[in-house]
Amino acid sequence: MINIEDANRKAVENMMEARPVVVGVAPAKEVIPGMTDDLLLHAGPPVTWERMAGPMKGNMIGALLFEGKAKDAKEAEAMLASGKFKFAPCHDYASVGPMAGVISPEMMVYIVEDQVFGNKAFSGLNEGRGKVMRMGAYSEDVIQRMRWLNEVFGPTVDAALKNSGGVDLRSLLGKALHMGDDGHNRLDAASILFTTVLAPHVSKVAKNSDIAFDVLKFMGENALTILNPVMAGCKTASMAAHGVEGSTVVSIMGRNGTDFGLKVSGLGDRWFTAPAPHVKALYFAGFTEKDANPDIGDSVITETTGIGGFAMAAAPAIVTFIGGTAQDAIRTTLDMYEITTAEHKYYTIPYLDFRGTPTGVDIRKVVEKQLPPRVNTGVAHKDPGVGQVGAGVVSMPMSAFEDALIAFADKYGI
Amino acid sequence: MSVIKAEIRSGVYYDSAVLMQLQRSLADLPGVEDAGVIMGTPTNKELLVRVNLVTTEVEQAKENDLVIVVRAGDERAASDALQRVDELLSARKSSIQQDYRPRSLEGAQSMMPDANWVLISVAGRYAAGVAREALRLNKHVFLFSDNVPVEEEISLKAEAAQKGLLVMGPDCGTAMINGIGLGFANKVRRGPIGVVAAAGTGLQQVASRIDQLGGGMTFGIGTGGRDLSEKVGGVTFLMGLDALSRDPDTKVIVLVSKPPSPKVADQVLRVARKAGKPVVVNFIGRTPISRRVGNLFFASGLDDAAALAVELAKSPPVLEVEPDLKLERFAPGQKYLRGLFSGGTLAYEAQHLLTEYVPKVYANAPINKENKLKDSLVSVEHTIVDLGEDEFTVGRLHPMMDNDLRIRRLMEEANDPEVAVILMDVVIGFGSHPDPASELGPAIAEAKAKAKAEKAGRYLEVVVVCTGTEEDPQKLSHQIRQLKQGGAWVETSNEAAVRYAGQIIQALNQPLDEAQSSAAPVDLEILKKPVKAFNVGLESFAENLTAQETPVIQVDWRPPAGGNEKLASILERMKKLSAS
Repeated sequence: MINIEDANRKAVENMMEARPVVVGVAPAKEVIPGMTDDLLLHAGPPVTWERMAGPMKGNMIGALLFEGKAKDAKEAEAMLASGKFKFAPCHDYASVGPMAGVISPEMMVYIVEDQVFGNKAFSGLNEGRGKVMRMGAYSEDVIQRMRWLNEVFGPTVDAALKNSGGVDLRSLLGKALHMGDDGHNRLDAASILFTTVLAPHVSKVAKNSDIAFDVLKFMGENALTILNPVMAGCKTASMAAHGVEGSTVVSIMGRNGTDFGLKVSGLGDRWFTAPAPHVKALYFAGFTEKDANPDIGDSVITETTGIGGFAMAAAPAIVTFIGGTAQDAIRTTLDMYEITTAEHKYYTIPYLDFRGTPTGVDIRKVVEKQLPPRVNTGVAHKDPGVGQVGAGVVSMPMSAFEDALIAFADKYGI
Repeated sequence: MSVIKAEIRSGVYYDSAVLMQLQRSLADLPGVEDAGVIMGTPTNKELLVRVNLVTTEVEQAKENDLVIVVRAGDERAASDALQRVDELLSARKSSIQQDYRPRSLEGAQSMMPDANWVLISVAGRYAAGVAREALRLNKHVFLFSDNVPVEEEISLKAEAAQKGLLVMGPDCGTAMINGIGLGFANKVRRGPIGVVAAAGTGLQQVASRIDQLGGGMTFGIGTGGRDLSEKVGGVTFLMGLDALSRDPDTKVIVLVSKPPSPKVADQVLRVARKAGKPVVVNFIGRTPISRRVGNLFFASGLDDAAALAVELAKSPPVLEVEPDLKLERFAPGQKYLRGLFSGGTLAYEAQHLLTEYVPKVYANAPINKENKLKDSLVSVEHTIVDLGEDEFTVGRLHPMMDNDLRIRRLMEEANDPEVAVILMDVVIGFGSHPDPASELGPAIAEAKAKAKAEKAGRYLEVVVVCTGTEEDPQKLSHQIRQLKQGGAWVETSNEAAVRYAGQIIQALNQPLDEAQSSAAPVDLEILKKPVKAFNVGLESFAENLTAQETPVIQVDWRPPAGGNEKLASILERMKKLSAS
């Protein structure tokens, strides 16, 4: 007979004890197990080209242009529709991608190693905010930035990381939450800390001072520099928590812009999906909710493992970005305690007298209280080629949690 | 010899103020001499060397490692201290959250772990689920909701009884706990009177009258109207009564109910007899037979109950010590009483008084027709026979003059293995037999000896009321002496004799199933703590508590799974699985 409480305790304990360290940067095809030349990884649960959301199509097109596999968008689109390429969730390949989250074989990815359980996870290089490929943009300037990231930034950061012996994400994030970050949408402090740690090593390993200058300038100016390594770090925590027999803890949540999907620790590899919700957002000048694509991205892995929207009470400044009051930020965190299993041992919130962040979503509690996880997120334009149009808060769709609960009862004969 | 123990944690970040606090908390633990909590920088490690807090592990710690080290009087104290690190780190609860309304009792619990009451007024079909959750969290429950199925009430109360928790309700309108009113309640002065009531407005009326009459209350424990039904069995009522019996601040107990099940009422009264303090009883609709039985004071109404309680609190009555019934003398199977009277009125009063002790007494001249003996010569269960009735005196002297018939019947009854007590009267004076005890005394001795000689070795108690005076020709004391020589228990008051006999048969007919025996006693220390509550349902109940300066958290409750029954039932099964 299963003991759900014990199983959940174990799953969340693993989630919290995972200790991710960023150790290097390398091309996806060299490090991601199972990566092949015709494989394109994307955010969220599985999706076909026909059902694929605009921004993800844009990211796919951008990836082929970037890899030189297609001459122009039209050709890329035809190739993608032809069935020549396989699409698969990043999550099924130990990876995570923000927004559309496409990882193609030549793209450089961060390598994050969990020092406790030995898992490795991967995520691409962050391009910054605005008109970027992960939001579906693929104009020439976007492709050029990706090339520079891949050819100059990536190798330099890889050498710097190796020279530093790696950057411990758990302690860095713990500190960043005390500096006003939520660990998902607000990573200003964490990105600065990351830059500060790596700067001496970059200056040492860079081929010349111009490169060092460019790399450090880009890192320092991009408040989301550390988002991708953080997501990969969270992915290692998710991997440690997954596969505990009898556990109702959610180990994965992700959206592909068409569907939302989740996996449960005690329910194996099955995705539970529901239509991706619309984001309640603030829009950039010139855009409205009519331009917005439904919710998209793997970045919800941060909330899945106890930070991001769940740690909003640590990041009152974020409310200006997503609209709302500081009290809303606190209420969001307090609400999330209602649907989680534990308070994080290593991530704490000063304003709540250093209470640990709510960690380990329990499908039972979500369904019982009809209180879905809340996520802070960026909003992409629904058409390929445009990019980000706003940011806001969104609740994950309840029906996926309900389906998972029923499947759990079936599997365990409850 | 001091012991130094250290723990190194890698990949963690704590604010330095938190580390300093932890260091201080560790140093305050029993047996700990000194403690250090630092990041493993060279400067910090030098500091530890200076205060003798170094181990090889500490020496090897890196700059980013968190070093926790204690020096203690012995090994045990050092390990105990290190084991408490996580607990100390998490033992900081926020005061910021006051405006927040949690979605569940569990959420409320994390905000106010020492709450002791949960008030529930959600729709009936959800109420039991919420109450069960409250019991899981070890809280007393004030269950205002009605339309809760009786089966749910029974199972909730059984669960609560096991944990020594009160479930007041369902359909409980009012309670007063340590001067704080829950639900509909009056502001009543505090004082020495404790009330248990299965009647909401009954409790409010009694409480208000107590206050108006200058008295005051410790507790007003509501039970819900169904508690004293046969099905529910008075679980909460009995637990409340027991708690008030043990509460040193409660000097007088008042029991109020609409007409209870006779069986449960009997049990309540039996337990009340052992309260060790005056108990005022007002079971509306059940006319008291006497004003007082031992420590029990029967009131004629709610107002009378209040007045009586205030009076008893002011001038405490002397409570007699209960006679030891020595039940161990009786053999298994002995349980019935047989009354062999010569006096009709005495027989009639005996029947009346016995209704307080046993459900049914048969008689040849019964107080109501249903109890009439089919054959006056053959006793059934508990039987009172008036041998002075015409049917026995045709062609024969009245039993006050002739003892033959009674002695013969005495021997017959003594032969019945189910008989435990024989109750008789001896009426002397002019006209009566010149020396009845000279015949009855030896007969009693013979009857008792016969019972004792049997294989089973029965004990027969013969109780005699002797009516007469010292100046009577037969002389009262002379009669009593002879009866006592025969082994009889002799009284001069009919009521005293009947009540003594009644207590014995009541006890013998009470298998040891005192329903309470399975209930854990309510922890008085917790019950007497100031009320801190969670409120689920009617917001006005929370507002009332706030007005009484009582801490309360309003839970923003919704039906489980949004009212989806399939999902809710899966969740409930999962909870049962977790609880088992």
